[in-house]
Amino acid sequence: MLLEIKNLQARVEEKEILKGLNFEVKPGEVHAIMGPNGSGKSTLASVLAGKEDYEITGGEVSFNGKDLLEMSPEDRAREGLFLAFQYPVEIPGVSNINFLKAALSEVREYRGLPQLTAKEFLQLVNEKSKLVELDGQLTNRSVNEGFSGGEKKRNEVFQMAMLDPTLAILDETDSGLDIDALRIVANGVNAMRSPERSFVVITHYQRLLDFIVPDYVHVLYKGRIVKSGTKELALELEERGYDWIKEEVEAANAQ
Amino acid sequence: MAYEGDELLDSVTSKEYEFGFTTNIETDKAPNGLNEDIIRFISAKKEEPEWLLEWRLEAFRNWQKMTEPEWAHVQYTKPDFQAISYYAAPKKRPKLNSLDEVDPELRRTMERLGISMEEQKRLSGVAVDFVLDSVSVATSFKEKLAELGIIFCSMSEAIKEHPELVKKYLGTVVPRTDNFYAALNSAVFTDGSFCYIPKGVRCPMELSTYFRINEAGTGQFERTLVVADEGAYVSYLEGCTAPQRDENQLHAAVVELVAHKDAEIKYSTVQNWYPGDKDGKGGVFNFVTKRGLCEGNHSKISWTQVETGSAITWKYPSCILKGDHSVGEFYSVAVTNNAQQADTGTKMIHIGRNTSSTIISKGISAGSSNNSYRGLVQINKSADNARNFSQCDSLLMTDHCGAHTFPYIEVKNKSAKVEHEATTSKIGEDQIFYCLQRGLSEEKAISLIVNGYAKEVLNKLPMEFAVEAQKLLAISLEGSVG
Repeated sequence: MLLEIKNLQARVEEKEILKGLNFEVKPGEVHAIMGPNGSGKSTLASVLAGKEDYEITGGEVSFNGKDLLEMSPEDRAREGLFLAFQYPVEIPGVSNINFLKAALSEVREYRGLPQLTAKEFLQLVNEKSKLVELDGQLTNRSVNEGFSGGEKKRNEVFQMAMLDPTLAILDETDSGLDIDALRIVANGVNAMRSPERSFVVITHYQRLLDFIVPDYVHVLYKGRIVKSGTKELALELEERGYDWIKEEVEAANAQ
Repeated sequence: MAYEGDELLDSVTSKEYEFGFTTNIETDKAPNGLNEDIIRFISAKKEEPEWLLEWRLEAFRNWQKMTEPEWAHVQYTKPDFQAISYYAAPKKRPKLNSLDEVDPELRRTMERLGISMEEQKRLSGVAVDFVLDSVSVATSFKEKLAELGIIFCSMSEAIKEHPELVKKYLGTVVPRTDNFYAALNSAVFTDGSFCYIPKGVRCPMELSTYFRINEAGTGQFERTLVVADEGAYVSYLEGCTAPQRDENQLHAAVVELVAHKDAEIKYSTVQNWYPGDKDGKGGVFNFVTKRGLCEGNHSKISWTQVETGSAITWKYPSCILKGDHSVGEFYSVAVTNNAQQADTGTKMIHIGRNTSSTIISKGISAGSSNNSYRGLVQINKSADNARNFSQCDSLLMTDHCGAHTFPYIEVKNKSAKVEHEATTSKIGEDQIFYCLQRGLSEEKAISLIVNGYAKEVLNKLPMEFAVEAQKLLAISLEGSVG
């Protein structure tokens, strides 16, 4: 098991958001997490990545057999957890290339891999930037500064490819993308699918799942996973919305 | 007990001096206090010519009529000028036998700055039993400079060996009456650096106080004079990134630069004096007057500074653009943390025609510190087609620090073009988290973000200085985000 979440509970300030979430990911699997607004999807992504704003009030998470919640955010990343942010931040004055070089160097050191030479690094940049059709200009510009929405999301996937994670979490990577940009991002992700790498794709819309076809689809509602299925579940949600699921949950709770 | 006895003796003798001080050349330390006799004592000790003594006395008389400035955005208890000893024979720091005897915290910082073992020993005063590399380097370095006719020596040496040059330029850029601290410095300065680049000579290496610092400590009233004659070029480095502790609380230096026709002076500073404890106690007061005169046509002076130390910094490296087509530049990064206070900036005085100036100031405030930019751009009537571009950015690391900008713009010529841009931003927890999520440590993350912010200025520093300065910024701001 790559990722195993048991009864995870988390809150921000006084508000409980995750209320006993269970979820498992095996190597090579692609899971989609869907759900109405405010159900806790982005919180789950942030909690897994180790953002400080959230207080874990219960439950366990193991990643690669290690206690994820005990690890610092940077160690989670080095261990192979990657989060593609919904809103990637800008870091003025820091070139994308230098940023990635510093990150890759720390990640490789942690993983016990030899450091790349300048030439090897540039070859890797060349190869991986092609995956998301990222312009050479963009790799030299400051991190995300002045990037369009689509460029930022492509840059996230490019960074993912560079850092070679075992688990990639895509937090609404499709938001704000037009159909062409969506296809480019999805192609990049698909090119990275392998038996060793898993994905958790968080999205509102079925549209993304036409391009990145998941093995499993889960519905997150009120801080819990309330329904799981295969890709057909996503189509059903697209057609019927979430109300029927809410009703099912309320009915179950009433019993 | 013997120690207490000495102290008692010391206080008794200095008390006596209050009532009637007579010059005693044999003494190595002047008693506390400042009066004309003390100045005569300093001048005699340094075997100075009569004109310089008169010059000092004149400065002292002016100083007595002046009051300590209060306009800076800093708060401190004013120094008691009668409680300071204004002359002590160049003191040798206690020699240590190995690096193991050096303050471990200091060593750790030096290691993280990437300072070599040899350099660490030199900076912390460890005795070295073989010929120190830097000494031999310094010797061959001096020979090479001499061949080109470049004079680079201590101010004391210059006064003895090149009195005509010192007399010609001393006080021409920062007059003795300029301001309270400059007047004080003029009266009591004990040493400093002197540099003269002759006509048409391009100094082939960065001149650094590094090569002189072994000879004697520069003291608290440092005087520096750099002259680039027609068509000459020099890049001058002052200070170092290693933390410097000093028992003198008050530092009032004066730096004067003169660039003749077609000459260029690039003056870079890294200042890392002891900032005091978390409450600012015991830190250095750094009250410096730095000014450059672009005397000739097509001359250029550029100041680059990285200021991370001192409890209080009061410093405005300025350019007087007298020659037509002369250029003045000011690039600054000022970091304040804990209780540090900095009021720093520049003055660009446009007098000649077609003169231009650029100001890039990057303030970084952390802890409960206060960081102010204060700058004057003055375009005189005679300065046709003058240009200025100013950019003043402030970066806040916490919710309880302060950043302030006081730009003054005076334009008396209609053909002038003056641009001013200012921004204030807070370092984002989101930015740091983004870096952490890519596997970077928090230290590395802050270093990247802050260095990215200060990049335009750091790029102006000579290469190896820039690398150390980048690390210094990160270390100065460690654990300061909140």
